Amino acid sequence: MSSVQAPAIRKTALNAVHRQMGAKMVEFNGWDMPVEYPASIGGGIISEHMAVRTGVGIFDVSHMGDIRLAGPQALAAVQHISMNDASKLAIGQAQYSALLYPQGTFVDDVIVHRLAEDEYLLVINAGTREKDFNWVRDNTRQFDCAVENLSDDFTQIAIQGPKGVNLLQKLTDTDLSKVKFYWVTRGKLCGLPNILMGRTGYTAEDGFEIYVPADEATSARVWNEVLTAGKEFGVVPCGLGARNTLRLEGKLPLYGHEISDTINVWEACLDRFCKMEKPEFIGRDDLEKAKAAGIKRTLVGLEMTERGIARDEYKVQDESGREIGYVTSGSPSPFLKKNVALAYVPVEHSAVGTKVKVEIRGQGVGAVVMPTPFYKRPKK
Amino acid sequence: MPYPTDRKYTKEHEWLQVHGNTATVGITDYAQESLGDIVFVETPKVGAELTAGKTFGTVESVKAVSDLFAPASGTVTEVNADLATSPEKVNKDAHGSWMVKMTLKNPGELNALLSAADYEKFVAEEAGH
Repeated sequence: MSSVQAPAIRKTALNAVHRQMGAKMVEFNGWDMPVEYPASIGGGIISEHMAVRTGVGIFDVSHMGDIRLAGPQALAAVQHISMNDASKLAIGQAQYSALLYPQGTFVDDVIVHRLAEDEYLLVINAGTREKDFNWVRDNTRQFDCAVENLSDDFTQIAIQGPKGVNLLQKLTDTDLSKVKFYWVTRGKLCGLPNILMGRTGYTAEDGFEIYVPADEATSARVWNEVLTAGKEFGVVPCGLGARNTLRLEGKLPLYGHEISDTINVWEACLDRFCKMEKPEFIGRDDLEKAKAAGIKRTLVGLEMTERGIARDEYKVQDESGREIGYVTSGSPSPFLKKNVALAYVPVEHSAVGTKVKVEIRGQGVGAVVMPTPFYKRPKK
Repeated sequence: MPYPTDRKYTKEHEWLQVHGNTATVGITDYAQESLGDIVFVETPKVGAELTAGKTFGTVESVKAVSDLFAPASGTVTEVNADLATSPEKVNKDAHGSWMVKMTLKNPGELNALLSAADYEKFVAEEAGH
């Protein structure tokens, strides 16, 4: 085991590339990551965001972690530690799911990929890498299944937007039109054999995430080839700033904000990914009790009706100014050109159209509960 | 980025241009660059009393909220209402997009502000830290 000491800030294999491109770097969950790129190369959060909504943008998401479970009881292990039903996955299919504590609150949310008959890959969040790996390892000991932390093995690049498929198709001979949303394939990419390509993402847009070897030279070569191939589609490199506004418009949860170890599945409105018909998984019993007891607070979308921007952790008040909840994520929405937020409020204040206030610098500023997601991509 | 020498600067990244007993105040190019896409500017009303070093308004980008600090004490005589509807103008021309005009209560305070050359040195150190 490693000793306890303040960890140095971590860098992805593309760190030097980001700096060379003039990206503004920030610390995110212990990682030195680009928040936005310079306007001179099409960057800036709003431009990056719009590139993904209308064309294509690429993100370095190598800070995400990866856990592989393989062995005769891999499915049983995945079923035990995650809330969705992995038995429904065909080989090559993926699903959104979550790892839960016995109380029905979140260890993390994950994407479960079934790579082979008895092989699964969990893609996990950057800030919870070690916690998640330890959790998975400790809670799967009773199964005949190897658990491996592959987090440092991949450079993960997200190619997101309606033109993402066209861009990536130029770099691989695998027919990507046959890969449906939330399916994965393997193929030759930029001359590299057997590269995992998933039609997944965190932008509420179509797109792919590719997993290439994490050495700096290969990572930089692939990143640059993706940028070059994307020129005809107006590709823009995108940072964590746009990643956050994109996922907020799509109401995709962020760990530590919409989901955490004190928020349960029902409150987070993730019911459709939680399969209570499964006889057993960690958290199931308490979730059953919580549902029977009744849910008190719930996640809603807000739109500011008065001048002001709701930000993370701002208080939500009822119309009389009484504190009733808090904002989990708030930002201007570059696509809708409105100021929006996600917030926890009591169920009785959660109906669409309910007027509330957000406390901004000591002032209650008007907002209204809106239908979510704020943005839904047009179906083809 | 050369900083105009016709004005003074603060370490909080405001600029102040003196015209006799009054002054015009805005944020620097370094400030707009650090903030990114500016989407919201909140300034005080005409008649508000500003105190040197105290906050008098807010600038927000997509990602960040930043206070405005008064470079000098005095009374607000005019606000740039244009920025309420077109805050992105600060990104395009920070040194041309003023936020407030004010009277100067104590012109001696201006001695504490930085020259363009000193400010440039200061941001070079801050950026290179």
